[in-house]
Amino acid sequence: MEVKEDLYYSRNHEWVKTDDDRAYIGITDEAQDQLGDIVFVELPQKGDRFNQSEEIGVVESVKAVSEVYTPVSGTVVDINEELLDSPELLNDQPYESWIISLELTDDSELDNLLSAAEYKSYCEGAQ
Amino acid sequence: MSETLLQSPLNQTHRNLGAKMGEFGGWEMPLEYKGVIEEHQTVRNRAGLFDISHMGQIKVEGEKSFNFLQYMTTNDLSKINDNQIQYTLMCNPEGGVVDDLLVYRLGQNQYQLVVNAVNTKKDYGWLKDHLVQGCRITDQSSLVGKLAFQGPLSQEVLQSLTDCNLEDIGFFRFEDKVDIAGEPVLVSRTGYTGEDGFEIYSEGSIKRIWNAILKKGKNKGVQPVGLGARNTLRFEACLSLYGHEIDENRNPLAAGLGRFVVLKKQDFIGKEALQEINDSDLSEVLVGLEMKDRGIPRRGYKIFKNDQKIGEITSGSYAPTLDKNLGLGYVQSEFREVGTVLEIEIRKRRLQAEIVNTPFYNRGN
Repeated sequence: MEVKEDLYYSRNHEWVKTDDDRAYIGITDEAQDQLGDIVFVELPQKGDRFNQSEEIGVVESVKAVSEVYTPVSGTVVDINEELLDSPELLNDQPYESWIISLELTDDSELDNLLSAAEYKSYCEGAQ
Repeated sequence: MSETLLQSPLNQTHRNLGAKMGEFGGWEMPLEYKGVIEEHQTVRNRAGLFDISHMGQIKVEGEKSFNFLQYMTTNDLSKINDNQIQYTLMCNPEGGVVDDLLVYRLGQNQYQLVVNAVNTKKDYGWLKDHLVQGCRITDQSSLVGKLAFQGPLSQEVLQSLTDCNLEDIGFFRFEDKVDIAGEPVLVSRTGYTGEDGFEIYSEGSIKRIWNAILKKGKNKGVQPVGLGARNTLRFEACLSLYGHEIDENRNPLAAGLGRFVVLKKQDFIGKEALQEINDSDLSEVLVGLEMKDRGIPRRGYKIFKNDQKIGEITSGSYAPTLDKNLGLGYVQSEFREVGTVLEIEIRKRRLQAEIVNTPFYNRGN
């Protein structure tokens, strides 16, 4: 399982990458590995507003349906439309394949998230 | 917390291959090795090897075996001879399905039943409750290792491991005491994938056969395949899965399995009810659905027409060979026509799907 430095992590296996007041959100290597072959992605719309831990979309593998929650509050600036036709990118490159980007409402929420090291031990503890 | 799961003789072999393990029918079995889609395509294009040791196996012996099985099952057992296999069902008196199964005729007074893992105990009890004098049953499930080797290259690869001419084993036929990799096994041309292929039953070392097939097939792209792809393969071929398309509250006629119910044979359990169902109109039937909107149908999703609930999905998936999102489900009979556009409720939204011909996948098409 790969965990990348310089990202924030949620206990629900999402990652957050920040760029000024923008946050990119995706799912972790652990999440894609647990799901298996991902064949479908449902995305929100630009302009949608979400509170921390709200559902922003759905990722489906051959076998399972899995909701994606945003680890931070914000307004959707962009969605990764490439995933609609190529959902397997979430398996192949989980940390390059952001799902949405948000304009952060409150960057202090990042403090509640896990660091790479914390997330790694969280995953190992769960096994 | 959970009861102990049964393990196949190949349990450790699967772990060594890096399989994701999971529970199925009370057994701990490999769900996938390299990924469901890759394994699925391996079976469609080359050949894949499955451990199916979880399948139940019940032996029926004695001078009354034929009469007993003829009474317990819906198909006409007199249609098969020695070394032939029949797909059939056991029904309850209401016509609901107790299980679907294969009957291997080993001899006039000797049969082997291959039943669903999830139903093995129930089936054994059901048979025992109706047992007659002159007939014995034995649950051999845990004594026999079972493999399925499926796909267009399966015969070629398996042939290189045996002197038995596999070409002589026709569809739904078998040979006993075939030597494969030094093990005496029963080999049948059967499967649950929609491809040509074999099932292999061994009371000896199933591991030796497993390893021999993978080794021989390696340069032909043969790979182990888990239960994840077993499900997508059977789904594309529209083969019923117990607990999904059929169960004790569904009858085989509504499930499209009428050709395995022979109403003109002598008495059998469920005959009266099935005769009645057959004489009247079916209230609901199983149909195949293809999504027109973006979405994947899943078991339990509701089906609507004109804002009225008319049915429910029993199995649904992305279909790797066809690259479509498909479903099987029961709908009220009046809406059964191919081409009918229905709506499936997926996460509170009603999405369009169209009834299509089944099976979704046909070998050679």
